[in-house]
Amino acid sequence: MSSFGERSWAAAVRERAVRALPPEQLLPDRQPAYVASWIYVFGVLSLSSLAVLIASGCILALKGPAWWHFTSVGHFFNSVHLWSVELFFFFMVVHLWGKYWMAAWRGGRARVWMTGAIIFLVAIPCALTGYVSQQNFDSQWISTQAKDAMNASGIGAFFNLLNFGQMYSYHVLLLPAAVVALVIAHVLLVRRHGVVPPLERSELLARPGADEQLDRHDGESGA
Amino acid sequence: MGRCALPYTVAAMFTAAVFDLNQHATYLHWHFIDLSLSNVLVIVAMVVVFALAILAPFPGGRQRGESQ
Repeated sequence: MSSFGERSWAAAVRERAVRALPPEQLLPDRQPAYVASWIYVFGVLSLSSLAVLIASGCILALKGPAWWHFTSVGHFFNSVHLWSVELFFFFMVVHLWGKYWMAAWRGGRARVWMTGAIIFLVAIPCALTGYVSQQNFDSQWISTQAKDAMNASGIGAFFNLLNFGQMYSYHVLLLPAAVVALVIAHVLLVRRHGVVPPLERSELLARPGADEQLDRHDGESGA
Repeated sequence: MGRCALPYTVAAMFTAAVFDLNQHATYLHWHFIDLSLSNVLVIVAMVVVFALAILAPFPGGRQRGESQ
């Protein structure tokens, strides 16, 4: 137990967190001029569809399979959940293409790129466990077909697609928690390092004295 | 279901006319590549949206660009 006047572990954690994530960078009120392009919109579109996905999934989890299969409101939320995951992957793929072609790992953003790529990889089994948790013929077909791929890869003993309880646990808790945690880390890293500039701009930044010039231009343009 | 039956049926008939799911899915084959038509359409849509995202002007983007 620390006495008064000693530096507590909580203060050390707080100072470290503030150093890693300066508050003035977490919610910026201005963005660089180069983000005025549709290609920069797909990250937030992915986030929006993820929010709808989680909200509709919570409602489905509250009511259960009988509700989502046999009532019109249940059908509606089942469809919202399906189409939000379709849009989540659609937007995420376009976001991934955009960031790949602008080499978004530049300027010390390797962790931003890696967390994004891992989110994509974790989201795939998250969706697969959802397809096999539907409790209908579709889920039976998918699970019996996909189990062979799992067995061939050697993880069938730990990840059994025919085990509804296990798949449902993965789908509503473990994998969504991983996706959400990674998304939070990804967004915080984007805030920390800033939105990646287009390639031409980074070439300009490589010139001596270009930082001051570009900062002045950003200020003039209101970015 | 009772009160919602009519609009639900009309909506189902309309969508069934556009997307007939009561048949085997159409698959496209090219060497070892084997894709359903619906997946190909989604991939094409993603490519089109990606191209539009790069080429389409962003509202307010031009003024910002000119001021630089």
